Amino acid sequence: MRRETTYHPENKDTTAVLAPLRDLPNRDLLLWALLAGVVGVGVLAYVRQFILGLGVTGMNRPIYWGVYITNFVFFIGLAHSGTFISAILRIAGAEWRKPLTRAAEAITLFSLPFGVASIVVDMGRPDRLLNVIIYGRFESPLLWDFTAVSLYLFSSVVFFYLSLLPDIALCRDRLNDVPSWQQRMYRILALGWKGTPGQYHRLEKVLDGMAIFMTLVVVTVHTVVSWVFGMTLQPGWHTALIGPFFLLGAIFSGTAAVVIVLAILRRVYKLEEALPLSLFNSLRKLLIVFSIGWLYMMIAEHLTIFYGNMPEEMEVFWQRFTGDFASIFWLMVIFVFFIPLYIFLFRAKNSIKWMVIASILINIGMWLERYIVIIPTETRPRLLYELVQGAYTPTLTEWIITLSLFAGLVLLYAIFTRFFPIIPLWETTETLAPEEFQPRRRRIFGVRRRRKENA
Amino acid sequence: MPKWSMVIDLDKCVACQGCSIACRFENNTPIVPPSEAALGRSILWNEVFPLRHEEEGAIASDQAKFLTRPCMHCENPPCVKVCPVEATYQDEEGIVRQNYARCIGCRFCTVGCPYGVRYFNWYEPSWEEGLDQHLNPDRVSGRGDLEGPAVRPKGVVEKCTYCIHRLHKAHDRAEAEGRAFRAEDYVPACVQTCTGKARFFGDLDDPNSSVSQLAQSRRAFRLLEEAGTHPKTIYLHEG
Repeated sequence: MRRETTYHPENKDTTAVLAPLRDLPNRDLLLWALLAGVVGVGVLAYVRQFILGLGVTGMNRPIYWGVYITNFVFFIGLAHSGTFISAILRIAGAEWRKPLTRAAEAITLFSLPFGVASIVVDMGRPDRLLNVIIYGRFESPLLWDFTAVSLYLFSSVVFFYLSLLPDIALCRDRLNDVPSWQQRMYRILALGWKGTPGQYHRLEKVLDGMAIFMTLVVVTVHTVVSWVFGMTLQPGWHTALIGPFFLLGAIFSGTAAVVIVLAILRRVYKLEEALPLSLFNSLRKLLIVFSIGWLYMMIAEHLTIFYGNMPEEMEVFWQRFTGDFASIFWLMVIFVFFIPLYIFLFRAKNSIKWMVIASILINIGMWLERYIVIIPTETRPRLLYELVQGAYTPTLTEWIITLSLFAGLVLLYAIFTRFFPIIPLWETTETLAPEEFQPRRRRIFGVRRRRKENA
Repeated sequence: MPKWSMVIDLDKCVACQGCSIACRFENNTPIVPPSEAALGRSILWNEVFPLRHEEEGAIASDQAKFLTRPCMHCENPPCVKVCPVEATYQDEEGIVRQNYARCIGCRFCTVGCPYGVRYFNWYEPSWEEGLDQHLNPDRVSGRGDLEGPAVRPKGVVEKCTYCIHRLHKAHDRAEAEGRAFRAEDYVPACVQTCTGKARFFGDLDDPNSSVSQLAQSRRAFRLLEEAGTHPKTIYLHEG
């Protein structure tokens, strides 16, 4: 039992932000069970794939990489939201980002494991995963990926945890009515945080330093992910633009994902005060820039190919524009660019509903974009386009596993928001005048009370 | 150290696919049911492709054209570069080999190879009743890794090795007979079986070998020369 005085900055939204932590309605448990069920079905599908072999997927020759690799790229891209908002905007000194940093970082933290899982699911011999460490060759872009993604995962955990620390301490001191195991969890995770000015000073300093590091990592990671494709000789992949294009797409879909998450949190946890409309308007401006940037990359990429008119590149080009992938390609252009830009310019100002619609479209479109970058090239490989023309239809197994990965992401996120404040209270505080907490005895046994009692 | 190379004279090739069949039985490549083959999952280390019909000017050519394709055994192999675990590697004699025991099945090499010579085991390999009693028992001597004709586990990549086990056998035989190893002792199965005698095999570094003589021919070319992979499988143009 702690017998020392703890200080916490005053924040007018504390009650509202902590309310979801005090309450665990059946509706949430039902949602968790549902999501866990989907994950369970996915695990079963994977076990079947593991036993029978990758033949249960729709992959073949020459389409050796399919939906799983698409998911990998998409999840890593989604992960860029958090780091972009909390690290890059932190360096830029954009103060408005503060209330949404944690919600965004949590997306990073929870999508990365599913990116890694996508790779493992795609491997023919997942039992030999450790070979990558034992016999790893740094000449292979896959090992660059392995290194970059592990570093990214590790540093985001640290970055996330550090900025969570003062708020865990707040939970430890304020949430005296939650079950004892939960109180013990806060006590352990808070690492004895006392909130002295010296501690806050050091924390800010570390976070500033890490923000610079994280910015470098975030740029590196998605570029390296793209190099898995870019380093091969295959038409459509072997372009220097693939790195920046992947990076922009990653930040684009990540930021759009933040909009969706914020809107849900705001509605479900009644955080209208803490997450004001102005946040959505700021994100809207960012998203406008990204969607125009996306079009710029798109034109730069395809006009160069078209003008150069190299036969093997054109095979892939026409596959995208008029061939087997034309419907997906144009759907992607409409979902990622035309509809969202229209919504952002003419509808989304001061409208969360429209922001969410546009963001959902962007994320569907960005998944399709990953698919369009990866698959058409494989159907027309450099030599084989004259010899073998590939086609690919994903099987039910692939869709089930894909769905379960997304369900897993939502499940982790939903659970997290019921145990930790999703808005950084110490960062969004208006006054830094600390509020003193006298030590007091905690209840040993306790059950969560309904929100009514706290209101 | 010899530099093994193959020359294929397309003028002599009759597209009988004897090379594909000889390879299949020599190297125990798994047989897939027709439904899998329709998906493009058949495994043929040496594949014979019909080339697309092209009209030249006003004259439509009726002559069917084929391309028989083993591994190119590139001097600068893109597949070796991208392998994260060194499951595929180039040995001292320039042969690009595959270690089934180490492969993690990431399929980066299959995607990286511009010639499509690499094949993946989507399922556990299987043979029809009876056929499974007659698999080639030859093994690659040496490190004890799973290579060459050894039966593959599922989920790994395999490829043409220029019948590497035959090289090892040739060395063993020469030693047993108490004589020096000669380049002529080593012949891959596809070269041995070729109906039209269109295939030649030997040491590219030996100026007197048939392959280095033929490589000088004005008809000689390599697939995707512009890709900078420097294949050691060399073709001779028709006509």
